[in-house]
Amino acid sequence: MSDSQGPLWEVFVQKKAGQPFVHCGNLHAFDKEMALQNARDLYTRRGEGMSIWVVPTNAIVASSPEDQGPFFEPSNDKVFRHPTFYPMPDVIKHM
Amino acid sequence: MDILNFENIFEGKLSRNEMIEPKDWMPENYRKHLIRQISQHAHSEIVGMLPEGNWISRAPSLRAKLVLMAKVQDEGGHGLYLYTAAESLGTSRDEMLDALHTGKAKYSSIFNYPTLSWADIGTIGWLVDGAAIMNQVMLQRSSYGPYSRAMIRICKEESFHQRQGYEIMTKMAFGTPEQKEMAQDALNRWWYPTLMMFGPPDVESPNSDNAIKWRIKRETNDQLRQRFVNQTVEQAEYLNLTIPDKNLKWNEAKKGYDFSEPNWAEFKNVISGNGPCNKERLDKRRQAHQDGEWVRAAATAYAKKQNESYQAA
Repeated sequence: MSDSQGPLWEVFVQKKAGQPFVHCGNLHAFDKEMALQNARDLYTRRGEGMSIWVVPTNAIVASSPEDQGPFFEPSNDKVFRHPTFYPMPDVIKHM
Repeated sequence: MDILNFENIFEGKLSRNEMIEPKDWMPENYRKHLIRQISQHAHSEIVGMLPEGNWISRAPSLRAKLVLMAKVQDEGGHGLYLYTAAESLGTSRDEMLDALHTGKAKYSSIFNYPTLSWADIGTIGWLVDGAAIMNQVMLQRSSYGPYSRAMIRICKEESFHQRQGYEIMTKMAFGTPEQKEMAQDALNRWWYPTLMMFGPPDVESPNSDNAIKWRIKRETNDQLRQRFVNQTVEQAEYLNLTIPDKNLKWNEAKKGYDFSEPNWAEFKNVISGNGPCNKERLDKRRQAHQDGEWVRAAATAYAKKQNESYQAA
């Protein structure tokens, strides 16, 4: 929707080095630098993160909720992908 | 899929306590209710910056000033989280701000009362933020995902607000006789307006039924109000301050306090624009928006230019 606030950006914050970036919200900004600075001021006022990604919302491609069933269906019948599918002899204690 | 199927999926999610997300199908009235509630919540955060901002330049110490600035900045942030949550339902920031500035959209009645002394800043943190937290803790489990997530973030930040308010009250209530008098006076003036924050009594609350049915709210206005009173009495007793209600009495049978209802005629009057500061608050809001117009225009022109040079490259 057109707006005087600039485009929407999604914000991802990494709490500590080595951890994944987690989506934490969104904001309006007119360019990359402003998006990053706004994200810092809005989402990390209390040491919530040490690294931030900002991504234009319209650059995100998302699966649609209506197709959830058929979209993820192919993995549902492949129980052999889980370690619990394979019975282990009782004598083997660690594997 | 026809609409009936969509409705079944929606109802199914609610009954399993699952969140509704922006792209999910939802009944038009659910969407409308959320846009109204979330945008008014956002407006309350933004307008709520005004009575406190009023005291930044007059805070009694540098420490108090720093704390108050951090708190007011938080309120601005809370407004931003909530505006984007509302935008995910298909409205725009401009539309919402326009509704606020033309008086079409409401904000919490509490911010139409004046902050007369430093004790008012303490009382706002202690009682007003305390009441807001009670409401917002419940809203963390609201059925709409973006609203719920905004609330979780807000609640984390809000408890600092309540504690800094209570700290101010502690200093004043245990200070000089004049300070104690200011603290009592602030409590006298803010008590009933704070009770009004939970909204009209359940029997006459026009929006409650749907909000509960759709799990936007999980508890009623009266339930939250009762819990707030139960929790606050002890805090006032510690300060040796008197809650201005002669009917306030422990009721063993209901394991809660009996208390007087606020003046609901006053509530309606303030909500309809006739409170002591409605005009001042809206004028300040409109002025701030107008003063920022050149910034938005310059930023839009800059972004357009950036975009063109990016596409040319």
